[in-house]
Amino acid sequence: MSQSLMKAGSLEVDRKVEAALDFGRAWDYAPAPEATDHVKIEPRYGLFIGGRWVSPRSGKYFPTISPSTEQVLAEVAEANAQDVDDAVKAAREAYEKYWSKLRPADRAKYIFRIARAIQEKSRELAIVESMDGGKPIKESRDVDIPLAAAHFFYHAGWADKLDYAFQGRKVRPLGVAGQIIPWNFPLLMAAWKIAPALACGNTVVLKPAETTPLTALMLAKIIEEAELPPGVVNIVTGAGETGAAVANHPDVNKVAFTGSTEVGKRIQRALAGTTKRLTLELGGKAANIVFADAPLDQAVEGIVNGIYFNQGHVCCAGSRLLVEESVHDIVVRKLRDRMQTLRLGDPLDKNTDVGAINSKMQLEKIRELVAAGEAEGAERFSAPVKIPEKGFWFPPTFFTGASQSCRIAREEIFGPVLTVMTFRTPEEAIEKANNTMYGLSAGIWTDKGAKIFHLATKLKAGVIWGNTYNKFDPSSPFGGYKESGFGREGGRQGLAAYLEVE
Amino acid sequence: MPSLAIVERGRVSLAYVTHENQSANGNGAIFRAGTPQRGGRITLFEPPPVDAVAVEERAAALGKRSIKKSAKVAGLKLAVAMMDLTTLEGKDTPGKVRQMCQKALRPLEGDDTIGPCAAVCVYPNLVPVAKAALAGSSVKVASVATAFPSGQSPLSVKLEDTRRAVELGADEIDMVIDRGAMLAGDYAKVFDEIAATKEACGQAHLKVILETGELGSYDVVRKASELAIAAGADFIKTSTGKIQPAATPAVTLVMLEAIRDHYYATGRRIGMKPAGGVRTAKQCLQYLVLVKETLGDAWLTPDLFRFGASALLNDVLMQLEKERTGSYQASDDFSKD
Repeated sequence: MSQSLMKAGSLEVDRKVEAALDFGRAWDYAPAPEATDHVKIEPRYGLFIGGRWVSPRSGKYFPTISPSTEQVLAEVAEANAQDVDDAVKAAREAYEKYWSKLRPADRAKYIFRIARAIQEKSRELAIVESMDGGKPIKESRDVDIPLAAAHFFYHAGWADKLDYAFQGRKVRPLGVAGQIIPWNFPLLMAAWKIAPALACGNTVVLKPAETTPLTALMLAKIIEEAELPPGVVNIVTGAGETGAAVANHPDVNKVAFTGSTEVGKRIQRALAGTTKRLTLELGGKAANIVFADAPLDQAVEGIVNGIYFNQGHVCCAGSRLLVEESVHDIVVRKLRDRMQTLRLGDPLDKNTDVGAINSKMQLEKIRELVAAGEAEGAERFSAPVKIPEKGFWFPPTFFTGASQSCRIAREEIFGPVLTVMTFRTPEEAIEKANNTMYGLSAGIWTDKGAKIFHLATKLKAGVIWGNTYNKFDPSSPFGGYKESGFGREGGRQGLAAYLEVE
Repeated sequence: MPSLAIVERGRVSLAYVTHENQSANGNGAIFRAGTPQRGGRITLFEPPPVDAVAVEERAAALGKRSIKKSAKVAGLKLAVAMMDLTTLEGKDTPGKVRQMCQKALRPLEGDDTIGPCAAVCVYPNLVPVAKAALAGSSVKVASVATAFPSGQSPLSVKLEDTRRAVELGADEIDMVIDRGAMLAGDYAKVFDEIAATKEACGQAHLKVILETGELGSYDVVRKASELAIAAGADFIKTSTGKIQPAATPAVTLVMLEAIRDHYYATGRRIGMKPAGGVRTAKQCLQYLVLVKETLGDAWLTPDLFRFGASALLNDVLMQLEKERTGSYQASDDFSKD
């Protein structure tokens, strides 16, 4: 019998030895990169307007790079106000001529077709999503792309049942929807926006984020192949100015925006006094609340998933951990050990847990806030990961010893940075969780179901998860309170954003 | 009823557990003081709850790790060295056991980098046969005992079973807990029997089979794991192989988490043995991933992790040969011992 077995069997315990787990390289995984040879990215993309690929009137193109290698993947057209005007005109014409005249069941057929095509091309879409955005392939493969398809399937099902969505009330489409989406879930956000708009009978002008336009352009190809009537979906690429042109266009009936609170406020100001309908899905600083009676090992998984999923580029990320003081030390210890196993690196490697930060700009913002956390005296722990030489990276990090007044506890970092704070009673947890200008989401971890329901009624957050985190489903409405925005996406409630309910 | 000595032993062990609770800095949540068990004689700690959905999700996520090339070869060779080759049938004979021992010693003829296995696992009557066949080697002889597989016999019989197996030469004893007592809430009986069996083992190393397939929930698995560890188990083991479901990744994860919390509290390393239901090389790599990412490098050794299996080895060998030669061999190319 070996020495360690003898020792294990004995009741003698050497208490001087600090019991630390060692997540080293005794047995390490070989690189497992997803093959990219079958993926076709064109060198240059035009704008998708009126069912055709057109060159931008601006004559300008901008590069989109891979944040993990800094290599240029393609050049993308920059749409100016004239291009946006073309797109809105095409959408208006499509609305008047085709889409509003189509039988709802036939609308559904087109949307089902898009959903199936996304599934058929899921592998290619996942790879391009990871290349263009930096997220781990396991997430784009298992979350982004399947959910995008699910949103089209779900809303296709609604298209001919809208009369039953709001009891006793008549509904009709709004017209042309101008939609501006962020870079954190590029294809999924496009699906969240386009699927309900089409199902409700609207036509669309969508502007993807400038750092991640590729999968939206691939979706345009899918829509082209699905033979939707020309102009029903138009995709215009560009940066902030293009987005502003979409939101400000006088012939747009509805604006849907997902992104930062700052830009959201600007859009709302611009729309004041118009008849345009608006939904905003903005920032968050969600509390993930862990009670002492929680299943702690699973809660630690929920904490990790809550903040390190998609490098923390998630508006509903559980970026504030509120942990009951009596279990603070053990939770932090477990979290620290768990973070040793996070694998940061090549987004295309199937074993990568944490990919690249989406852009240099975002990386700088994360660095600035982390520096602020250190300056304010919070204690920092970062996972011991090796940062690749090229690309934009930030190690999974958390702060302890922070207070509610710290910048890292108030401002949305939108990166893999968690702020850990404690509470003593459920009332204190509720007060601290609500003590933010945001109100998008929250997590509650406890073995007591009654406690979950009690807290859920008190937390001012649009989405509340009990003993889980970052779970999404097209049938479940998503949206915020306070400065996290208004309007819901998904579910029956999400339809209201694209319908006139009379 | 346990003898006075056993009760004493139980008290000693419980005092030890209490001591752990108080000394572990900031770890109060690991063993929480519980209410006295209804009808029980002793107050027992209350283990943390397990969320079934989340634990299955985590196990499934780890099951998606991609293990290729050098990692696959190294993992599979490690798995061979962690195997307890097992035969536990009424029709076991000396001839069958000798052949299995030969397989444990040299899993793949002509390749000395593979094996030997960690142990063979047999019924007590066949321990001398295995012992003789393995003389001079590093391969251990494990024997099931304590009225395996049901455990539904008087304690005196179980202890005698254990002592006899050790006398016959067993290096390791795989005992079963009294699942009936566990489910009836008589945790003291479960604890005392394990403690007594540990004592009866002497120098032999004790694996405690929880038979998770009969425990009904992860919470009970977690509780049984902590009971077994507190009562003196060197290893905790999922299953007898006679009940379905046997080992699953999720139930193994729950047990690894109990081991981890015990290590946090005491610095003492308990071993883990999933048994039954592990049939393919792919599954066995998934279990290694679970261990690697839950407990870390220290547990990636046959001293602290074992596979209990009767039908796993040849699939692992087939995959190893495939990695070596680039093509799959027929199953008849591997000896079926």
